[in-house]
Amino acid sequence: MRYLRQTLTIAGKDLRSEIRTKESLNAAVSFAVVILVLFSFAVDPSADQIKEMSGGLLWLVFAFAGALVLNRSFARELGNDCLDALVASPVPSSALFLGKALANFVLLLIVELVALPVFGVLYNMSWARQPLLLAPVLLLATWGMTVIGTIFSALTVNLRLRELMLPMLIYPMMIPVLMAAMRLTTLLVNGEAIPADDQIWFRLLVGFDVIFTSLAVTLVDVVLVG
Amino acid sequence: MREKILYGMGIVAGLWLLRNLYVILLGLPDEALQGAIYRILFFHLPSWFTCFTAYFLAGGASILYLWKKDLKYDTFAVSAVEVGTVFTMVGLVTGMIWARIIWGIWWTWDPRLTWALITYIVYASYLMLRRAVDDPTTRARHSAVLCIFAFASVMITYKAIDWWRTQHPGAVLSFRTGGGTMDPRMESIIYQNWAALMLLTAVLVAIRMRQETMSREIEGMRRFAHAI
Repeated sequence: MRYLRQTLTIAGKDLRSEIRTKESLNAAVSFAVVILVLFSFAVDPSADQIKEMSGGLLWLVFAFAGALVLNRSFARELGNDCLDALVASPVPSSALFLGKALANFVLLLIVELVALPVFGVLYNMSWARQPLLLAPVLLLATWGMTVIGTIFSALTVNLRLRELMLPMLIYPMMIPVLMAAMRLTTLLVNGEAIPADDQIWFRLLVGFDVIFTSLAVTLVDVVLVG
Repeated sequence: MREKILYGMGIVAGLWLLRNLYVILLGLPDEALQGAIYRILFFHLPSWFTCFTAYFLAGGASILYLWKKDLKYDTFAVSAVEVGTVFTMVGLVTGMIWARIIWGIWWTWDPRLTWALITYIVYASYLMLRRAVDDPTTRARHSAVLCIFAFASVMITYKAIDWWRTQHPGAVLSFRTGGGTMDPRMESIIYQNWAALMLLTAVLVAIRMRQETMSREIEGMRRFAHAI
């Protein structure tokens, strides 16, 4: 109970400071929109082509914009040595990690929920035809991205090349999640049923989330405290 | 003495590889469907096994480092990863040469190939991360965590041919297929090449570990000199 409260306190603190300053949220949302616009020059936005690559396009946008949010997650605590204070506080590292991950999760979901309608309007897609299946894909894949991103954000926070190293590390690690999410999202956004062959991607998402969340929770103490 | 043992092991590995090469080129017949090019398998498969073994050992050493906090495990991990990436390169390049002859293309985005490339990128970023951290204990700690995460991609690469229907050929060795897919003489050369490459890996890792230890000592001396 105490652990849960600590986790939620950290998440609440992060969300509150983000909502008040909107420093990474503004950047991530506008960045997502810019990429969506840029993509219309890369492919013919009216053609059937866009239908086939809709999932890939969306998740690339989420991953790129997400990296901005994730980068700030721990970097925000560097000023005034807040990170040291957090580590020294009675909150266990894993609760700190889960709290931050939860805050990032909510922020990424906000970015996604803004980007999806923009995508729908710009590319003339009615993306919400299967909301009950699209929601679990969004939630599971976003959580997978968040876990990887948050633990590596903690890992790279003190590096000189933080802005460069974080994407270098997280994108290759995120590939399983992105692959699954892209495939499923393409099907769902186009209003198609998911064939039996592709059910495996759901299992992959769940498996990825479970494995990497437990790995991250186990190892975060080592990363932050040593 | 240590030097002599290392050189001796290196020479044994070299001679063994030469002898295997002789058997591969002159002792074994061409494969029925592929002709002469199939012989690349005798280096492709062993170099992947070698790099997987190196990554596995590096992952184990990383866990041990986090547990015991002894920098020698970190030294071992980085040496094993460095040698492992070399063999990953060998595996990728030999695979591409084979694909050019058999498929007519250098590369295709097949799950097995894609994961193999991801594994390479992940371990390359491990080596990059090490360069970005100055403090030896922080570097060891952070790279150990990354090394544990990275091993997931090795496992996925290994299992990719079972999980997806890939263009990459399926398993051929009898411990995975139950036998009957490959002539025992051919299979034995694959294992022998693997053993020889592992011997070579042991030599390279040992040499690299000594370099790493020395560079850490020099770094320590420099700091000490700086302090006074």
